[in-house]
Amino acid sequence: MSEAFSMRNYLRDVPLPFCGGCGAVTVMGEFLRAVYELGYANLKKFVFCSGIGCSAWIPSPHFMSDSVHTLHGRSIPVATGIKLFKPEVNIVVFGGDGDIVGIGLGHFIHAARRNFDVLVVMVNNMIYGMTGGQVAPTSPFKSKTTTTPYGSFEQPLDAVKLASAANAVYSARWTTAQPNDLKESIKKALNMKGFRFIEVISQCPTAFGRRAGFKDGAEMLRWFKANSILFQEAEKLTENELTGKIVIGEFQQKQRPTLVENVYRLIAEAKEQVEN
Amino acid sequence: MPKTSHTNTYFWSGNEACAEAAITAGCKFFAGYPITPASEIAEHLSKRLPPVGGISIQMEDELASISAVVGASWAGAKAMTATSGPGFSLMQETIGYAFFTETPCVIVDVQRLGPSTGQATKCGQGDVMQARWGTHGDYQAIALSPNSVQEMHDLTIKAFNLAEKYRTPVILLADETIAHMREPITLPVPESIKIVNRRKPEPNEKAFFGLEEVPPMPAVAEGFNVAVTGSTHNEYGIRFTADPEVHRKLVERLNNKILNHAGEIAEAETSSLDNCTIGIVSFGCTSRAISEAVEIADTIGIRVGYVRLKTIWPFPEKPVKRLAKTAKKIIVPEMNLKQLFYEVERIAGCEAEIIPLNKIGGGELITPEEILAKIEEAEKQ
Repeated sequence: MSEAFSMRNYLRDVPLPFCGGCGAVTVMGEFLRAVYELGYANLKKFVFCSGIGCSAWIPSPHFMSDSVHTLHGRSIPVATGIKLFKPEVNIVVFGGDGDIVGIGLGHFIHAARRNFDVLVVMVNNMIYGMTGGQVAPTSPFKSKTTTTPYGSFEQPLDAVKLASAANAVYSARWTTAQPNDLKESIKKALNMKGFRFIEVISQCPTAFGRRAGFKDGAEMLRWFKANSILFQEAEKLTENELTGKIVIGEFQQKQRPTLVENVYRLIAEAKEQVEN
Repeated sequence: MPKTSHTNTYFWSGNEACAEAAITAGCKFFAGYPITPASEIAEHLSKRLPPVGGISIQMEDELASISAVVGASWAGAKAMTATSGPGFSLMQETIGYAFFTETPCVIVDVQRLGPSTGQATKCGQGDVMQARWGTHGDYQAIALSPNSVQEMHDLTIKAFNLAEKYRTPVILLADETIAHMREPITLPVPESIKIVNRRKPEPNEKAFFGLEEVPPMPAVAEGFNVAVTGSTHNEYGIRFTADPEVHRKLVERLNNKILNHAGEIAEAETSSLDNCTIGIVSFGCTSRAISEAVEIADTIGIRVGYVRLKTIWPFPEKPVKRLAKTAKKIIVPEMNLKQLFYEVERIAGCEAEIIPLNKIGGGELITPEEILAKIEEAEKQ
């Protein structure tokens, strides 16, 4: 690789929208670094889809590539239409926890079930950040948010377990405190086929951290670091011992025929049947 | 597929004719979710699309179906979905997205009897206003209204052509009766069918969302780095969420590109517009009862003129205005509670008295006798 890595090589000249200390910038950087290390000098072979929420702004309109910024929750089905008709593109979905496993949850499960050929990077900041800090399906129990001022009374969703149960070929979770692991995970996922899911626990000092008692993004990162526990280690602990821990690592890796493979095989067979 | 002895003549249901026409128009992508009375379109295309290299997929709901259609359209496909009232309601947000991002696609709404689940297998015409105003914000809808199996075919092709020409979603507003009945249909010779394809950009072009009334449309993965967004955007697709000028310019162009061509888009069948005393404005299955009523009225000395809408939105104002110049009274028969009525009143209410004729429930059609009775009543008063 001749040229040194620079995020600018992959970005449009449009100011970034993120607050100071936001974890989305880490995710953006590690994704582009992964792409660079895989030898892509540009993003021409990629198409990005995102929905609504802060993380949806990671690719759109910032990545110098094709990007479709869809409605809230609908990035995965829009990506499905694109990839099915243009199977040669690498399609990557970026989205927040509200977008992917809140309003868009149904699509997420079905895309995993179908083994739709997509990499979904879900930036989980545990809050609806863009709308000012309302409780999310991923907010920890008892979280103080603008719509749960006395503390959240619901249990959060484990999106990685869900993806694994729905038969995703790759599912992993990292936090923004493990940028290198995240980058390596993205590289691995980009080289696989089928439904791949990476969840990144990310800090939102503005809408989540502030009300949860963190003074800034750095303190949240220290919290992630101190409480992250590898999947293999976590298996040895009881549910009680895991309270307050963030289980990270690669949860599932497998191979099975993908949606695109199945659809195009069917088309070939149907053509043959009609001709005969 | 049942074929009669005449060449190019078939005995099809409306839904079959619609599906076949989609293939003729160049549709290569269908995504849908089962719903009565539209499911046969999905079933037929699932069988017919793969052998011609097309894709038909059943998605998890209507939100996903229309979203996949939008995605496929940006990948370069002519794409379609088919649904009925409840599913059409679910699709409205994305129809607005398609309008705002200038994504050509066709949405078939085979109307059934609502509101809500209503009488799910029975015919209704209650989605006239949903087709016009279903999504939020300022927009223009294009909705076509077939009244025969032949028109399910012909207007489906027209729907694709308009979608491609104006880069906008187009609705085929059918109804249960037209979709499920079978009648002979004659396919035009392939060379005589006009097929419109979206204009592609030149290699160095960058403005896919402005500068021209209908800008060229690239597909993704063609090297154009196209940024598509449902937020207010400039000519290059870059988001401007606070600048009032950017919003005005975009929304006005999007509305005007249809309004300025409303006359070309709007199509209607007319009869005796200039020498009648009573007028009728009708559409869809209801309009099939007109001709018998008009013929009988003629034998008893009442001259009835009519406008039968093939396009509901944009509303064919010209022929209705012309009808109102001679007809002192205009009857609007429809299988809903006065949805089209007010539109006719808005356009012709100053010149003529507009008389509603409504019927809902059980899928019962408005009969020629009922129309005739209304004609006689109007003539007497």
